[in-house]
Amino acid sequence: MRNFSYSRPGTFDEACRVTEHTRFLAGGTNLIDLMKSDVERPAHVTDLKSLSMNQIEELPDGGLRLGALATNADTSAHPLVIRHFPVLASAILAGASPQIRNVATNGGNLNQRTRCHYFYDPDMVCNKRSPGTGCSARGGRNRIMAVLGTSEACIATFPSDMCVALAALNATVNLHGPKGERSVALRDYHRLPGEAPWIDNVLQPGEIVTSIDLPSVSFGEHYTYLKIRDRLSFAFSIVSVAVGLEMESGLIRRGYLALGGVGTKPWCVPEAEALMKDKPPSHSLFRDVAERILEGAVVDRDNAAKLKLAPRVIERALWQAAEGTPQSQTCKTIR
Amino acid sequence: MNVISAKIGQPVSRIDGFAKVTGQAKYAAEPHPPGLLYGVIVNSLIARGRIEAIHDEAARAVPGVIEVMTHHNRPHTALFEKSYVDGLGVPGSPYRPLHDAEIRFNGQPVAVVFAETFEAAREAAMLIQVDYERWPHNADFDAALYQKYMPSKTRSNYVPPKTRGNASEAYALNPIKIEGRFHLAPEHHNPMEMHATTVIPEEDGTLTVWDKTQGPQAVQTYLASALSLSGKKVRVRNPYVGGAFGSGLRAQHNVFLAALGAEMLKRPVRVTLTRPQMFTHVFRPEAVMDIALAADRDGTLQSIIVEGVTDTSRFEHNMENLVIWGLIGYKCPNATADYKIAPRDTYTSSDMRAPGAATGVNLFEMAIDELAWACRMDPLAFRRHNYSDIDAMHNMPFTSNALREALLLGAERFGWNERPLAPRSLRDGKELIGWGMATGIWDAMFSPTSARARLTSDGRLHIATAASDIGTGTYTILVQTASEAFSMPIDRIDIELGDSTLPECPTEGGSWTAASAGAAVWLACQSLCEQFLKLLKKNKNTPDWMKQDEITVAEGELHGVRNGSPVALSLQDALSFIGQDSIEAEETAKPGLRGKISEMRKARFTHSAVFCEVRVDEDLGIVRVTRLVNAVAAGRIMNPKTAASQVRGAMVMATGMALHEESLMDERYGRFMNHNFAEYHVPSHADIPEMDVLFVDEKDKEISPLGVKGVGEIGMCGTAAAIANAIFHATGKRHRNLPIMSGA
Repeated sequence: MRNFSYSRPGTFDEACRVTEHTRFLAGGTNLIDLMKSDVERPAHVTDLKSLSMNQIEELPDGGLRLGALATNADTSAHPLVIRHFPVLASAILAGASPQIRNVATNGGNLNQRTRCHYFYDPDMVCNKRSPGTGCSARGGRNRIMAVLGTSEACIATFPSDMCVALAALNATVNLHGPKGERSVALRDYHRLPGEAPWIDNVLQPGEIVTSIDLPSVSFGEHYTYLKIRDRLSFAFSIVSVAVGLEMESGLIRRGYLALGGVGTKPWCVPEAEALMKDKPPSHSLFRDVAERILEGAVVDRDNAAKLKLAPRVIERALWQAAEGTPQSQTCKTIR
Repeated sequence: MNVISAKIGQPVSRIDGFAKVTGQAKYAAEPHPPGLLYGVIVNSLIARGRIEAIHDEAARAVPGVIEVMTHHNRPHTALFEKSYVDGLGVPGSPYRPLHDAEIRFNGQPVAVVFAETFEAAREAAMLIQVDYERWPHNADFDAALYQKYMPSKTRSNYVPPKTRGNASEAYALNPIKIEGRFHLAPEHHNPMEMHATTVIPEEDGTLTVWDKTQGPQAVQTYLASALSLSGKKVRVRNPYVGGAFGSGLRAQHNVFLAALGAEMLKRPVRVTLTRPQMFTHVFRPEAVMDIALAADRDGTLQSIIVEGVTDTSRFEHNMENLVIWGLIGYKCPNATADYKIAPRDTYTSSDMRAPGAATGVNLFEMAIDELAWACRMDPLAFRRHNYSDIDAMHNMPFTSNALREALLLGAERFGWNERPLAPRSLRDGKELIGWGMATGIWDAMFSPTSARARLTSDGRLHIATAASDIGTGTYTILVQTASEAFSMPIDRIDIELGDSTLPECPTEGGSWTAASAGAAVWLACQSLCEQFLKLLKKNKNTPDWMKQDEITVAEGELHGVRNGSPVALSLQDALSFIGQDSIEAEETAKPGLRGKISEMRKARFTHSAVFCEVRVDEDLGIVRVTRLVNAVAAGRIMNPKTAASQVRGAMVMATGMALHEESLMDERYGRFMNHNFAEYHVPSHADIPEMDVLFVDEKDKEISPLGVKGVGEIGMCGTAAAIANAIFHATGKRHRNLPIMSGA
């Protein structure tokens, strides 16, 4: 463990005062792990837990505001989340383990880092960890790596389940920074790696995620979070899909869909979602949607299976949503 | 405690359970002597080459750092390579930590930082920079196959396959056949407790070494030899071991480095490995088996041809008994097998739970299932038809073999006779259902072992042997054995294990501890009892009734007849007549002449029959194991509770072998890349169904003095194949690579 200084500010303005080597600490389930692995080497850790950001409250328009410090467990068990945004509760429950969800926070989930083997091993070159050193995941054991949104510099997958549901729900991320407050669409929050994979998202220095807003939706039972992984619990996704459909008299009025496990960020393709507008559910439609979403995918040494699997998972998830039979996260039979 | 329920064969709960769940049981990394230094190992980045320079200035500048030990400044160690051969006796040139500048595998220790705190040691270790001269390496298994060879000196437990008949001719002539290459990915043992050592220099100049090992005496011998110390100078203790699965069979580099550090710095030292560092030493070798089988139209097996290869390092020749199992178990008239090892620039592969058989039995039983289907025969009927009642490879009878009973019992519990023959016959909603089965076989071994029994003036019985309880329940079954042999309630028995100074016991492994240490404890207790009664009879001070032949020890009391009526006396009081504080007996259980003759004439194995149901979502390639039944024939079961727990644990591990576990080698670096529990997947609870473990009654007076065979490994053998075979029955698709991953 490298030495670092630590503070627990009581106000946002205080918390926003950072240097280049400051890291924010919330639940700690990712940061502490990365510090132990010598991946994150903060000179200073600012603990955010004294800031009041753990509320979950209704918004005037029927939406919901999730405090950044509310735990994943509390969020997934909150009556308003379960009633109005079950796809989010489901996605949270699909991730990690109860012990981790009890500590991990919503803001932390947005800012978690990749699980790429090469990122996690400080002996390996990695542009995300050490800018400009190269990418050892390309050409390596990359079964878990991304096939969408990759670049020469990085093929690391963004590992969150929760963010996949937030992307499907078109959530908004509220930020507080040295220059004041602003909001960013969740779908724009995470960055593609491009030539600078070390920058995961649009947060500016000193900016803190304060809350996440969910706009009101009317999916009823027409949603699902379907996650395929290498064992039936406590594993990061190989492919996951969050779907919400606004259905009316057998037609999809609007469809929302995001993919996890395959992209360098939660993967959404508005053109693919638009294909579903005012159409009845059908195999050919869902196949088209899947094809459109996966357009431009690039596989590397070990991860071609993801591309084979992804369309099937997308289609199954769309059927689950269309038929109003969302995937259970406790019964492991896939509906 | 109910006295009656404490004897051999009763389901006694672990006597060490309370100490373990309350944290009183101390493991290797837990002794905390004053002045303890923390050692953190720095591992090589390259797979092969030479260290050119080690830059440790920054590390030495970290406050609290005492020393950076490298090959430049380490203390003197043994001169000759043979001094570093450990108890496992793998032929070749043993790895000598920090010996010189040469790098032989990725992750090889290149330095150890010792500091006053763990944090300082770790920080300093991160600051060490090493310059290497890189040499070409090969860590690719497929490439290594081109260099496969048979070493001139084999491992002592290697059983060469014996050919019978003419297998290639029979293969050509018979009408029904299958052939293919079967493959198992490398796996790491990954016990919960990571390898660790605490070394304490004592005032009398000796070293007390707390090590995570399966063999304290083997580590003691190794350390004394490799560090050129007097054997008396080293005492190794491992009273509690948090799982090992074979990773503690060899003295791992942490114990050598910790002892070396303690010698160098004359202070107590602890070296612990991190989870990623657990991927820098032993692992189950990657394996391929090319299997060709042929049968006639009656479904009678006519030809077995097996060619198998496992990997080893470039410097040691690790071997497994990979290819023999089918030749032993099936009565096929024509059979041949060949085994070789393939070198790559990694650390040496090693024994992991049921070495050889976990791989060889499972892959062979997958091939047998293919042939049964090619014959359009039920896989159970096919096995019963072709199964040999003797060891068909050595042409020797078994001491006992209740496999046929196990097959029947397991099939009945599972409901196997409801199984439709054809694959893809069973479906529930979107899931295909498949039923598969396989048989398992593993050695039933017995090794000479000593134990001591002591009766003390407080009326307590003390048992001691250098056996290791690696989490299997050895403490418990040995206390049960003593309880029965001496007729003593178990709450008046103390037991000491895991200490090199105790009576001699071989390294725990191979499922022999229950049979061997059990027999030793039995003999020692009987001997003690005889000695006790003899002393009472001989003694001038004892009353007349104690001098009669009728006296016995029963349930912790002395019983006899006085004036025609029964009389009982506490052991404390009886002992006081003799005028000794305690009496003691030490005995060694060994095969003896009859046992040795039996070993030459009879085959000794444990058997099992495994039945499995899977549900497969074919579109998505998701496999769920929904039922597992394992009927085990393992001689006398000393404790059905701990024994079933052993078998269940192995079935979980075998489920991992079938579906999850794979150490991902990046050949470019020679490094296993998924070196943590997030990415090296062992089964989670959701992956494991209710498991039925049944024990078949199998009486065997010849196998070992107590009729015990041991159950630590048999649960691995067959279970992975049963799962793979069930997947075929569900889907009609054959998988010849384990693990079978989702989406495959």
